[in-house]
Amino acid sequence: MLKKSTPAILSATVFFLGSTAPALAASDGKADLDSVIPAGPADPNSGAPLNWKKPIHDQQIHKFFLIDRLEYGDVDGTNNYLWDAQGWIGGDYNKLWLKTEGEGPMRGGSPESTEFQALYNRTISPFWSAQAGLRYDVNPNPDRGFAVLGLQGLAPYWFESDTSLFVSEDGDVSFRGEFEYELLITQRLILQPRAEINMSAQDVPEYGLGSGLNNTEMGIRLRYEIKREFAPYIGVRWEQTYGETKDVAQAEGEETSSTAFVVGIRAWY
Amino acid sequence: MSDRTHDSDRRRLLRAMGATGLLAGFNALLPAYAREGMTRHLNTAAAQVPGGGARDVVMDVHVRREMIDIAGGRASAITLNHTTPGPIVELWEGQNAHLRVHNHLDESTSIHWHGILLPFQMDGVPGVAFPGIDPGETFEVDFPVRQAGTYWYHSHSGLQEQVGQTGPIVIHSQGDDGINADREYVIVLNDWTFEDPHRLLAKLKEMSDYYNFSERTLGDLAEDFRQSGVATTLKDRLAWGDMRMSPRDIADVTGYTYSYLMNGVHPDANWTGLFTPGERIRLRVINASAMTYFNVRMPGLPMTVVAADGKEVQPVETDEFQIGVAETFDVVVEPRADQAYTIMAETMDRSGYARGTLAPRAGMVAPVPALREQPQRTMMDMGMDMSQMDMGGMDMSHSKSAKPMGHGQMAMDHGSMQKMNMPKKESGMAGMSHQGHKMADSKMSGKMAGMGHDMKKMAHGTGPNAGTMGTGAMMEQSGPVIAKHGPDMHGAGNINIANVQRDRLAERGTGLEDVNHRVLTYSQLRNVVPMQDQREPSKTIEIHLTGNMDRYMWSFDGVKYSNATPIEFPYGERIRLIMVNDTMMEHPIHLHGMFMELENGQGEHLPFKHTLSVLPGSRASLLVTADEPGRWAFHCHLLYHMEMGMFRVVRVSDQSGENNA
Repeated sequence: MLKKSTPAILSATVFFLGSTAPALAASDGKADLDSVIPAGPADPNSGAPLNWKKPIHDQQIHKFFLIDRLEYGDVDGTNNYLWDAQGWIGGDYNKLWLKTEGEGPMRGGSPESTEFQALYNRTISPFWSAQAGLRYDVNPNPDRGFAVLGLQGLAPYWFESDTSLFVSEDGDVSFRGEFEYELLITQRLILQPRAEINMSAQDVPEYGLGSGLNNTEMGIRLRYEIKREFAPYIGVRWEQTYGETKDVAQAEGEETSSTAFVVGIRAWY
Repeated sequence: MSDRTHDSDRRRLLRAMGATGLLAGFNALLPAYAREGMTRHLNTAAAQVPGGGARDVVMDVHVRREMIDIAGGRASAITLNHTTPGPIVELWEGQNAHLRVHNHLDESTSIHWHGILLPFQMDGVPGVAFPGIDPGETFEVDFPVRQAGTYWYHSHSGLQEQVGQTGPIVIHSQGDDGINADREYVIVLNDWTFEDPHRLLAKLKEMSDYYNFSERTLGDLAEDFRQSGVATTLKDRLAWGDMRMSPRDIADVTGYTYSYLMNGVHPDANWTGLFTPGERIRLRVINASAMTYFNVRMPGLPMTVVAADGKEVQPVETDEFQIGVAETFDVVVEPRADQAYTIMAETMDRSGYARGTLAPRAGMVAPVPALREQPQRTMMDMGMDMSQMDMGGMDMSHSKSAKPMGHGQMAMDHGSMQKMNMPKKESGMAGMSHQGHKMADSKMSGKMAGMGHDMKKMAHGTGPNAGTMGTGAMMEQSGPVIAKHGPDMHGAGNINIANVQRDRLAERGTGLEDVNHRVLTYSQLRNVVPMQDQREPSKTIEIHLTGNMDRYMWSFDGVKYSNATPIEFPYGERIRLIMVNDTMMEHPIHLHGMFMELENGQGEHLPFKHTLSVLPGSRASLLVTADEPGRWAFHCHLLYHMEMGMFRVVRVSDQSGENNA
């Protein structure tokens, strides 16, 4: 390749550029001044000819998929399962962000809840992203769609935060906040407290929700990272309903609070 | 702790073999890389600089992808003439070099001649200087050699450098260099991973602390409670938590995945250079690793630094130096005893080491020192403004006495330093940094601004190296504040800014503040020749080193390469290049094509650098004469930082950039 350019570079051209600049001769092993700016169109980043490849690759698309919780819960009489996963694909500033979570009884039947979210994620500050998109619940019946506005990121003192405002297709407004913290017992043994809070702006009788605080879910999980990507865990999950939501649950003969011992897996790629 | 040396069984086996002295006569059982005759690395002979009469050099470099034995395993690597690191490219100043690079890969490649002055079209940066070398093609460079010293060469394409495509360059000086070595070896340091480097980068992007197995744990918390008290410790934890940064973030990629190699050889296979007692041996140390800083020392053997980044400096005798990625240091040692000496290259984060031996006879070994305690980042590294901090009721007058006691007294006010054992150490201050930074962390220190000055004097008074103690230490051991940061936070791609910017050139590298022997600092480097271009700079360019560790984004001024335009160096002008490190880690910043003169207080004898490791929270100033026309790469030499956008083109031209960008 340089077979093409070498003779040109070394061609014996001599420059004098005023008293302060050193004299330049091509035989001194320096490039010709005229060779710096290409004749044709130039790449804006490099100033090199436009059709050359990039020197580095800082616009790569990356992807990430995390199963934060995939667990079996041992609750008196009604053992259940739960999943909570999310992933993204995109660049530094713009990503497609997907989330799914749900739970159901171990003994057959459809899940109590099954939820999917597809969001556009925009990096708005060093630690925070704004999210907007759609949520679709397959369970409980009937199916429901929501618009979502969210803010996800790392709050000071290392709290992983995920807060979302939902507006259902019927115009019902609700809010969910999820917060996680990691406490390193060793480099691989990690205690992770978790809190989730659900609120509703109005009664949604069809789904047994009252306005105000609906329910909270607290958890603490102890995981061991066999590899960073793969960690089994044990833990406890406490769920509690409140207000009208609790009244509705009581009226229907459902539990208004529960404690589950959980075993699960956290994995990502 | 046990995670620090995450080793495979295979490596443990090797270690065990070494420990039981099974090496002699054990050739057949050794892994292939340690066997004679299977030299895919630079064995004793290949690492020794042959020398001889000055001559023009014509050399072929063949770039191949092949399975080799390396680091105790077998892997696909990119070799140069069948070895990694590649063979010494040995040149003579005043003669010509004609180097032919043959690409046998199935992908594009390149060779950058790091630190070499040549026409930019031969500099080997695809997309900037030339289009790259396509598979099956040969690229020829042909240039007069205008310099002497120790340099290196490596791929500038993608992540090829991580998988073996590096090698040493030695250029003999035209005249007498005054060093008069009887024997010369190159010491090439590499970090090797069996992972696919693209996957490695993806992991950093998904979880940036993936490789950090030294984070602070509950156990550390308990220990700090015990040592420093609950209140101080909690304040410290809250300060770091508030910033969402980790003081244990020393290296992005660690010994969890890396094996550290010396001349291509795993520490257990012990690369050995032979010598005859009484000889002057010149070691040309090259940090050719992708991501790793090393602390280099030879227990029992003082080293005299005679060159930095290839260029001669006035000799400085020292016991240890830190070498940033892509830097080179030449040291002279004169072992007189008939014994072996370990060449210890411990990684800055102390998650591993490369090691070799200088020995009168093959097979001799010397003790390998244990890895020292892992360093921590401090509020100094964060560019925190200590003068804003509130320290009630401290009597500053005590600190004026040039005795360690002043510090003790200060400490006691806050209950964090009572257990210090000041007088024990040589300098009297060596022991304090750990406690000291906690103090600093804990928003102590009333009139720190005034005090810092007095205490700095004091530091000078306590020992030869006291003034150069550094980063982990308290502010009085740190360099002076020379500038403050403006309002620009550099956007979402940047987490931290250096609110106050210190001159830290007189400080030791991270983790070496407290070692009780001599450590080289940048301020000690003094050029052997006076500055040629004495003009006042006609242009000043200030560049901030920025990044977001959480998202693994790296940039200059918060802007990554693909959103930036070239930095213009008007041809013929004298440029002052100021670098401010807003991040909390050091970055080795490399300018292609021209040497930078580091303004380190050495008057007219400023040392030349092609790569400067800029300490966190610091402001460094360099002078460049823009006398090499071209498009030159300018970047952080941490491979994955560069790839993520910490990269620019510097354009030396006599035309304004307006029409070209």
